Amino acid sequence: MIPLLSVNGIEKRYGARIGCKDVNFDLYEGEVMGIVGESGSGKSTLLNCLAGHLAPDHGEVLFATRHDGMRNTLTMSEPERRMLARTDWAFVHQNPRDGLRMGVSAGGNVGERLMSIGARHYGQIRQTAGEWLDRVEIAEDRMDDRPSSFSGGMQQRLQIARNLVTAPRLIFMDEPTGGLDVSVQARLLDLLRGLVRQMGLSAIIVTHDLAVVRLLADRLMVMKGGHVVESGLTDQVLDDPQHAYTQLLVSSVLQV
Amino acid sequence: MIQVESLSKSFTLHNQGAAVIPVMRDAELTVKPGECVALTGASGAGKSTLMRMIYGNYLSDSGRIWIGGTDVVTARPHDILALRREVMGYVSQFLRVVPRVSTLDVVAEPLTTLGQEVEAAQARARELLTRLNIPERLWTLSPTTFSGGEQQRVNIARGFAHDYPVLLLDEPTASLDATNRDVVMSLIEEAKMRGVAILGIFHDEDARTRLCDREIDVTRFTPVAG
Repeated sequence: MIPLLSVNGIEKRYGARIGCKDVNFDLYEGEVMGIVGESGSGKSTLLNCLAGHLAPDHGEVLFATRHDGMRNTLTMSEPERRMLARTDWAFVHQNPRDGLRMGVSAGGNVGERLMSIGARHYGQIRQTAGEWLDRVEIAEDRMDDRPSSFSGGMQQRLQIARNLVTAPRLIFMDEPTGGLDVSVQARLLDLLRGLVRQMGLSAIIVTHDLAVVRLLADRLMVMKGGHVVESGLTDQVLDDPQHAYTQLLVSSVLQV
Repeated sequence: MIQVESLSKSFTLHNQGAAVIPVMRDAELTVKPGECVALTGASGAGKSTLMRMIYGNYLSDSGRIWIGGTDVVTARPHDILALRREVMGYVSQFLRVVPRVSTLDVVAEPLTTLGQEVEAAQARARELLTRLNIPERLWTLSPTTFSGGEQQRVNIARGFAHDYPVLLLDEPTASLDATNRDVVMSLIEEAKMRGVAILGIFHDEDARTRLCDREIDVTRFTPVAG
């Protein structure tokens, strides 16, 4: 079976400091990979390298494109990479303001991504946007409101709708539940989990929250100081952690 | 169907003075299709540990765990996920559920994950929930708020939704009343008849007598201290 994404020897340095180093993994279709670690561990650097937001110093990121087989996304042309980012890839930012156009209506935010891949029929775009707002549990009568009038949880759900409307195959998420109330988090997680399963999406989720990966991720990588110190099945890594740092991480979670 | 060969494991507690605790040495067992084998031994002897190693939830230090043609000890995560989806079911004592997902969907999920139509999967879920006496008015609710016994029965229904060739059962009849214990034992008997290889921990002696072909005392796999 061919992986959807194959990451080989990724390294990113900030001057002499290591951002991340020697990162290797394969991600298969329909799999969700979690990346955990404390702040400064290199997990966001890695995610940004994978998603093409940062240029790594070494390594390759191979993606199984629809028409052209495995392609190294780091060496493809800028227009090609942008096309990928609009179609097969999606990126959910921790702060919805980074992923939404705050001055455009909710429906417009969703419709815009459709238009960027060639949709032109206004009625259809509006209808699809409405369906997606419904799927992320935003009332249709809020369609013409701007996201600035939305709560944090609603903004995050809108960002997800905007990202998923083009039916991407791989979604990158950077702390998607960070900064949200616990009850809002549960709703968002359940929603994400349902969408990922229904659409057969692959996802890479960066978070520091072990409960989030337990719920969403099939596989887990633990990062510390820019290195992957442990990886494996999510339940195995959390229930039988091998590395000292993972053991510390798991035993530090407060029980409710 | 399940074959364990010279399996060993120890836990290393890095944050407690790097203490190494050997928990299993040279474990051997075989379960054939249509056979039900009970793991016995005192609490702490390593019954659940062995089950978790077979399921790939705990890592093994050395040895082999053959499930069909796959060795769990050396399999990649991707292969273990496929094994868990298609071949090997695990019913634990505790239900881990996502808030807000209905009981019906919790039970139907193993089937929808395998690509079955939602209608058919839910029909199977209804059948199992009815047999296990979960009142229909609860089906649309999340099991998070259910009683311990109800949660356990939901867990069992989920474990039996797909017809796995291998079943691992960790005290499936604990905390159930007599009627439901009988239902669960019937489910296990029917699975045996279909040729499922079953490995279980049963504290209830009646269940062991009725269901199990053999018993394996895990105490003999416990490493001698020092």
